[in-house]
Amino acid sequence: MTDPTSLSVVEAASALRRGDLSQDELFGAYRERAAADDTNSFTWLADDLQAGLGDRDAAPGTDRPLAGVPLAVKDLFCVTGVPTASASNLLRGYLPPYTATAIARLQDAGATVLGKTNQDEFAMGSSNENSAFGPVLNPWDRTKVPGGSSGGSAAAVAAGLAPAAIGTDTGGSVRQPAALCGVVGLKPTYGSVSRYGMIAFASSLDQAGPITRNVEDAAALFRAMTGPADPNDMTSIGWTGNSPEIDLPTAERLDGVRIGVPTELLGEGIEPGVRASFDAALATAESLGATIVEVALPHARHALSAYYLLAPAEASSNLARFDGVRYGNRADIGQGGLVELYTKTRHDGFGPEVKRRIMLGTYALSSGFYDAYYRRAQQVRTKIVEDFAAVHQEVDLIATPTSPTVAWGLGERTDDPIAMYQADVTTLPQSLAGVPAISIPCGLSDGLPVGLQLSGAAFSEQAILDAAHALELAFAFDGSPARGADSGSVRDGSATASGVAELGAPDPTGKDAA
Amino acid sequence: MIDRDTVLHVATLSRLELRDDEIEPMARELSAVLGHLETIGELDLDGVEPTAHVLVERSALRADEPRPSLPREQALDQAPDASDDGFRVPSPQA
Repeated sequence: MTDPTSLSVVEAASALRRGDLSQDELFGAYRERAAADDTNSFTWLADDLQAGLGDRDAAPGTDRPLAGVPLAVKDLFCVTGVPTASASNLLRGYLPPYTATAIARLQDAGATVLGKTNQDEFAMGSSNENSAFGPVLNPWDRTKVPGGSSGGSAAAVAAGLAPAAIGTDTGGSVRQPAALCGVVGLKPTYGSVSRYGMIAFASSLDQAGPITRNVEDAAALFRAMTGPADPNDMTSIGWTGNSPEIDLPTAERLDGVRIGVPTELLGEGIEPGVRASFDAALATAESLGATIVEVALPHARHALSAYYLLAPAEASSNLARFDGVRYGNRADIGQGGLVELYTKTRHDGFGPEVKRRIMLGTYALSSGFYDAYYRRAQQVRTKIVEDFAAVHQEVDLIATPTSPTVAWGLGERTDDPIAMYQADVTTLPQSLAGVPAISIPCGLSDGLPVGLQLSGAAFSEQAILDAAHALELAFAFDGSPARGADSGSVRDGSATASGVAELGAPDPTGKDAA
Repeated sequence: MIDRDTVLHVATLSRLELRDDEIEPMARELSAVLGHLETIGELDLDGVEPTAHVLVERSALRADEPRPSLPREQALDQAPDASDDGFRVPSPQA
């Protein structure tokens, strides 16, 4: 039969339901591929299907929608008894006593955890180079970064080491690595997925989302992750879209869809190759019936400043809990006292970027600077929320490149925090506005994937997924890293209903699973 | 703009130890980043309400009813140093 790792999530779930494939067979095929991984995408792998169920004691029933589908889960999600460190030395070896709601809901739908994926420490980074487990390599070119902070999740999906992954997005951490790795990433509306059990970075921005080979899978996973509000997360609103739940997208046309292009986000810093791919994507959207209009997000250019004040401020507060007392690792302080225990534990446990952000956030919140920095950044957030609300009076969706550049070289920006922060310039406005956004691959530049970002008003995920599905069919992007080097930009040709199945790339190393 | 004394003050507030050779680079990096973020100073934001959370008006508090919490042995299980019934720490006076 066909290689089970070539199947998408929806296809695999269907094959498992029909009995064409056994749950152990599918798990084993991915386990073997993941164990042979040379991109450093995983921080932990389940030994068998049972180990990926956390505190669930039985194999998932075949009647459930995701029964037997193994998922790669970002390290910062707590899973009962499974090592969870948020890629920090401070938490290395930590075994949580409970499972994050987002993951529990996927398990309730029948999914299992294949492994935990590498990330930037505490989700702070745009290249996955700030990890206590070492950097992740981009499957398209192993000298390049995969993006971050959900770099391991995106690389694992791109390399075919998992059918799909779950990441988190604070300022672009699902969308940007998805773009740089040529896969699909959805950041849902803030509040639509519970944050309970996600090790917090910036609580007013953090949101879990799926990273997948295609748009249909993103819909299938998001449908399972959202649902009713979670009493364990005060900011959880649950699914409150127009329909009772998300439908799998089938749209092939964009007739009547109005797409806004914000000129403020297409200025300097966008690489020519990315711009060319983006312009071609807009032309494709038009050919499918969409109307493209210029729109204004006048405060979008201040999103970066607001974000890099708000997120570190929240992080400085959230990370106060890592003190060497209740969990995680404690520094050896000999005969020292309590304050020394705190300061040395945090010195030894946190990496340089985490320390930088804690310091920045503490400074922004400190007496005398609060009004100039933190409060001002919150006022800018109000203006950005208003900008988006005004634009959505005119248009259904907003399109931008997901990232101003394609994947860059490992080590190229590690000494320049500002250059690193610029990587998020096109994803930060949507994060601050709390609106949903997807990144789908729309072409190649220099042999590396370019992502198209589509965002919409709060709880417009269905419209975003439908439009992304129609565009995905038209782009017919070849998601195989092995063939990336010699392929052109946007490919011609129509996709079949299962045209995306070829995204299950053969392992570039030639180690095909059973 | 951020000097050595400020770095040490913020490090104390953050409960972060910094070695001597880490102080100057931190001052330089924070100054560079803050300098870059100064653009929000250009905006006229008089009378604009700050937004701490989007959509928070749509979220709800759960009913204030007692419910079981994590059992004590589970809560203590991952502590670096636990006694029978609590987290053990050095004396604040040490």
